[in-house]
Amino acid sequence: MLTPEMIEAERPYLMRYALAQLRDKGAADEAVQETLLAALESAGSFSGKSSVRTWLTSILRFKLIDTIRREKKEVLVESFDDEVSDDEFADLFFAQDGHWREPVRSWGAPEATLIAREFWDVFERCSQAMPRRTAMAFVLRELQGMDIAEICKALDVTATNCSVMLYRARMSLRECFEIGWLGGAKA
Amino acid sequence: MIKCKEASWLISASLDRALTMAEQVRLSMHLMLCGNCKNFSRQMAQLRAVARQVGSGD
Repeated sequence: MLTPEMIEAERPYLMRYALAQLRDKGAADEAVQETLLAALESAGSFSGKSSVRTWLTSILRFKLIDTIRREKKEVLVESFDDEVSDDEFADLFFAQDGHWREPVRSWGAPEATLIAREFWDVFERCSQAMPRRTAMAFVLRELQGMDIAEICKALDVTATNCSVMLYRARMSLRECFEIGWLGGAKA
Repeated sequence: MIKCKEASWLISASLDRALTMAEQVRLSMHLMLCGNCKNFSRQMAQLRAVARQVGSGD
């Protein structure tokens, strides 16, 4: 039996998820609130096959897409002008000859475990440095598994822009994990 | 022969769409010779696996 307390207990987790994607406390609050209400109303349809968190997350994902669609106009205003050029971005990671500036390490089992454990912390910190739409594209693609055509539509960008944003988000996030670990554990 | 810069772009693209035959050839030739990009490619797969797991609420 699903109780309101069980649903409420997942609020912090859902808030984190929503905030990572929307980066707007008010909008995240609203999406989570709507999710919890919808969950309470349909608690009877919770089958118990998945965890409460998984079930709530799936409701939240739809709310987040709704929010992004509603916000599309505002998001659109944010232009690409204030973003760095492709060359400037590449210079952060690659030398003039096109090779990596820093060697790329192999991540083994310990790193894989760390990524899983630290994902939200690292993503939250790391995505602050990304343009908002770039972080959104990453969440839609990698966390929600949407395909490129859907993402282009939701964010109102071209397929090329979408690929650029995803590339930058992946490069940045990888770097954030590396820097985090090396900072703490460099031998 | 493509450089790591282009290889990293193709590796990212391959996560979102099927690469063309020409792109596949260029990328696999590069990967045969480049340990850094091989590691990068594996890291991208690891990041995706975790993100999908986290994203589904597991």
